[in-house]
Amino acid sequence: MYPLGSCTMKHNPLVNEKIAKFEEFSSIHPYQNEESMQGSLEIMYELQKDLCEISGMDYFTLQPAAGAHGEYTGLLIIAQYFKNKNEKRTKIIVPDSAHGTNPASAALSGFEIVSLKSDENGIVSPEKLKEVLNSDVAAMMMTNPNTLGVFEKNIEEISKLIHDNGSLLYYDGANLNAVMGIVRPADIGFDVMHINLHKTFSTPHGGGGPGSGPVGVKAFLKECLPSPVVIKEDNKFKLYFNDGKKSIGRMKAFYGNFPVILKACAYIKSLGGEGLTQASKQAVINANYILSKLKSKVKVPAGNSCMHEFAMSLKGALGGDIKTLDVAKRLLDNGYYAPTIYFPLIVEEAMMIEPTETESKQTLDEFIETLLNIIEESKTNPEVVHNAPVNTSVKRLNEVEAARKPKLHW
Amino acid sequence: MNVPNNLFYAKTHEWARKEGNKVYVGITDHAQHEITDIVHVELPEVGKSFDKEQPCAVVESVKSAFDIYSPVSGTIVEVNEELLSAPELINQDPYGKGYFFVLEVSNEEDFKALMNAEQYAKSIEG
Repeated sequence: MYPLGSCTMKHNPLVNEKIAKFEEFSSIHPYQNEESMQGSLEIMYELQKDLCEISGMDYFTLQPAAGAHGEYTGLLIIAQYFKNKNEKRTKIIVPDSAHGTNPASAALSGFEIVSLKSDENGIVSPEKLKEVLNSDVAAMMMTNPNTLGVFEKNIEEISKLIHDNGSLLYYDGANLNAVMGIVRPADIGFDVMHINLHKTFSTPHGGGGPGSGPVGVKAFLKECLPSPVVIKEDNKFKLYFNDGKKSIGRMKAFYGNFPVILKACAYIKSLGGEGLTQASKQAVINANYILSKLKSKVKVPAGNSCMHEFAMSLKGALGGDIKTLDVAKRLLDNGYYAPTIYFPLIVEEAMMIEPTETESKQTLDEFIETLLNIIEESKTNPEVVHNAPVNTSVKRLNEVEAARKPKLHW
Repeated sequence: MNVPNNLFYAKTHEWARKEGNKVYVGITDHAQHEITDIVHVELPEVGKSFDKEQPCAVVESVKSAFDIYSPVSGTIVEVNEELLSAPELINQDPYGKGYFFVLEVSNEEDFKALMNAEQYAKSIEG
């Protein structure tokens, strides 16, 4: 189990890998002519279509190579849209519960960031949003459910405020695993979004990458999309190029990370609509199961239930001077990958837990027991927790020294 | 926790020390303790103006990256460049050698919205 909150570390089914190794796919070259790579183009076309169906968006580009690259693409599309309209808008609103890369992507795209504080329930308050909305605002970026694992229930009101202001609404698909098959981002007001294939659609993640972050848009943004996209005409699959002046241009060489696209397509086709919906429901149930067993021992600021993940505060739950960092290190000793810690920033001594849908009740129970044992250990035997990890091949590393004086080799 | 009496404090854990119409700005002892060991700092450009509560610098620790907000409105007249090569000064001496920058204040009224030492100490209790 990889309980890495805000990352959706899903099981990567072997069938994905097997299909990606088929020679018909692995031996093609991007310079081949369209005629000779119809099968691969069809895979891309099918994935574009499936992502449209899952998200409610009208068009998708498969080019972006990762989630943050998708955000960057989406924001450039937003900038291009206003440029095409001859309208100057310089600001992007980012709630403090949004996914961590959002402000960085907005800054890289040349926007100024307006940070919006969550209300006491951990969600965006329409009243507070009104205070920062003005004609400078190009868009607001939201992650829904947000990084506290809470669904932004005021989304329809927020969407109305944003659109009445002439601004656009961006959906960070980082947490799509909680709602696929249940809620479609386009139906609740989002205009542009990215999807992390390496999170929601079970392709390898982190060190196993590469990632892929397709971007979807509503029809009115079609001409801003990067080129080429795959279209179907007269029963043939073709590469379609947008008008260069209105599009943001290419975001990556060729057509995106094709093997990742292929694996995601394999996953979607194996599960089908019902399977994907079931995956989301199971992910939410699994997270709530862990939450229900932990909430009497730790503080969970966003309350009694969650979506596919939750952020707890270990402040006050641990003995002596033991910190969340020490607990994460001690989890390594017990054979778990350490969860996301100290994020989101709005939770003190935060630890995020996201089990995903494929873990069994037995695995979840073992994890809960381990975590409760460590909390107990922090009071009865703090030295052990403080010195963790001891069962790993390297002991506690000096992270400060590594960051201040890195030794780089390449 | 060290909360000197002669400083003004912002909710976001910056301190401000008035010297004539100039003001020294840094982060509090409590803030450096919470952020833990600082490994990188981004400072504003001299000559740039900021509104109060506007993000103007960044600190990064092994824990995370944090925005530093200007406690009052003003123009940057000096930055503490020593922090760029020795960010640990913020941890070691947050109210002295660990200051971030000096502002020329544009609106004296801004100080009224800041906390005094007693109020700040109370706000970080618990």
